[in-house]
Amino acid sequence: MTSSRRDVILDVRGLRKSFGGTEVLKGIDLAVAPQELVFIIGPSGAGKSTLLRCLNRLEEPTDGSIFVDGVDLLHPKTDINAMRRGIGMVFQAFNLYPHMTALGNVTLALRKVMRRAAAQADEIGLAALDRVGLKDRARAYPNELSGGQQQRVAIARAIALEPKIMLFDEPTSALDPEMVGSVLAVMRDLQASGMTMVVVSHEMRFAREAAHRVVFMEDGLISDQGPPAKIFGPDASPRARAFLAGVAR
Amino acid sequence: MDRGALFLDTFFKRELIVRYLPDILKGMVVTVEIAVLVVVTGIAAGLALALVRSLRWRLVNLPLVVFVDVARALPPLVVVLIVYFGLPNVGILLPSFAVLWLVLSLVLAAFAEEIFWAGILSVRKGQWEAARSTGLGYGQALFYVILPQAVRLTVPPLTNRTIAITKNTALGTVIGVPEILNQATTAQSFSLNATPLMMGAVAYLVLFVPVVIAGRTIERRFAWRRA
Repeated sequence: MTSSRRDVILDVRGLRKSFGGTEVLKGIDLAVAPQELVFIIGPSGAGKSTLLRCLNRLEEPTDGSIFVDGVDLLHPKTDINAMRRGIGMVFQAFNLYPHMTALGNVTLALRKVMRRAAAQADEIGLAALDRVGLKDRARAYPNELSGGQQQRVAIARAIALEPKIMLFDEPTSALDPEMVGSVLAVMRDLQASGMTMVVVSHEMRFAREAAHRVVFMEDGLISDQGPPAKIFGPDASPRARAFLAGVAR
Repeated sequence: MDRGALFLDTFFKRELIVRYLPDILKGMVVTVEIAVLVVVTGIAAGLALALVRSLRWRLVNLPLVVFVDVARALPPLVVVLIVYFGLPNVGILLPSFAVLWLVLSLVLAAFAEEIFWAGILSVRKGQWEAARSTGLGYGQALFYVILPQAVRLTVPPLTNRTIAITKNTALGTVIGVPEILNQATTAQSFSLNATPLMMGAVAYLVLFVPVVIAGRTIERRFAWRRA
């Protein structure tokens, strides 16, 4: 039941996922160390988002194993709701609850899942909003916030639960260019505070500057990985180099 | 008698208005009672059915969908007559008031289920995923995240449908429920004059025009900020 490697907080082995007859993940092995920022890049259709969504079982893997902090995520007896509290997720489309204020969004799980009293939940929620620089917008509704602010509220919603790992699924892809910086700054701050992060994104500059490791995926497999200096340098695989050359254009 | 006087004498005869006003008022009370009961039970049952349907249990959903489609397809009058005149033959005696309440509740429940279900489906999948990703269970995600949004979307169609079905309380007249139309037709057959029917029509307007206006206000209030 438990993973043998103590220096690994997230251990993915032989992960496969099929939709109908189409195999999207064809055997992924990925070990993430505590406080590591792993950046996943690759052409669209490579399976990056599917991999990320398997990591908190928004998609059910077809085969393979996922251990989070030593717990078998795919075991039938694992309390998936309890596990998900420890795995924050940030979505491309923010997915804030439109009928709740920013603070309501951040505190919902605190109140209903963690059973915190309202005052205590608000305190934690405000602290989380403060970390993303939006404490003063706590009473605003999502439609009163810019895209960048909405995404930061979504990050606050995840970090309020004090997750062990954060998953980012193209967090800046839906943002206007001038909004991207504020979200990346928050992610930078999270990384500096020691958060373990797995990020699917096309922000190559951010990957180069902040990632500990860059994973290149194509066609359902990890085909190359290493520190940014390697993946963005001449030692990368030809496919990775070709992909990056295309992106840089 | 000129045409104007004849018209007034046929539809708005003062002595008949005075004579039958108490009956019409009594009918209004009965109509309101049934309408309120139908709205409460029909919408509650419709919501419950939609929640059951959202669980997607195939064995439950098949009969549920069959019920909903049949109840929406049949004219309520047919169902009222079958239940009222048929059930006594199998030993179930229901007062006419109860029959009307039951049938209209079932019809409203069927329409309300479809409306709530459409509302639940129209909430974007990302809302479920966000809620579940923070550890909310299925029921918690449904109640705190999905339903509040779904219900807002359902208010306009639900308001219209509710008005349409509560007006069907007039069907009670064929099985002897002493609601507005029943009182009016009884009075008409005694007085041989259309004035009581006109009074019935006015009584319906008095009851339902405010509801229609309230419905429009509610629609406007709920046509609300969507992110």
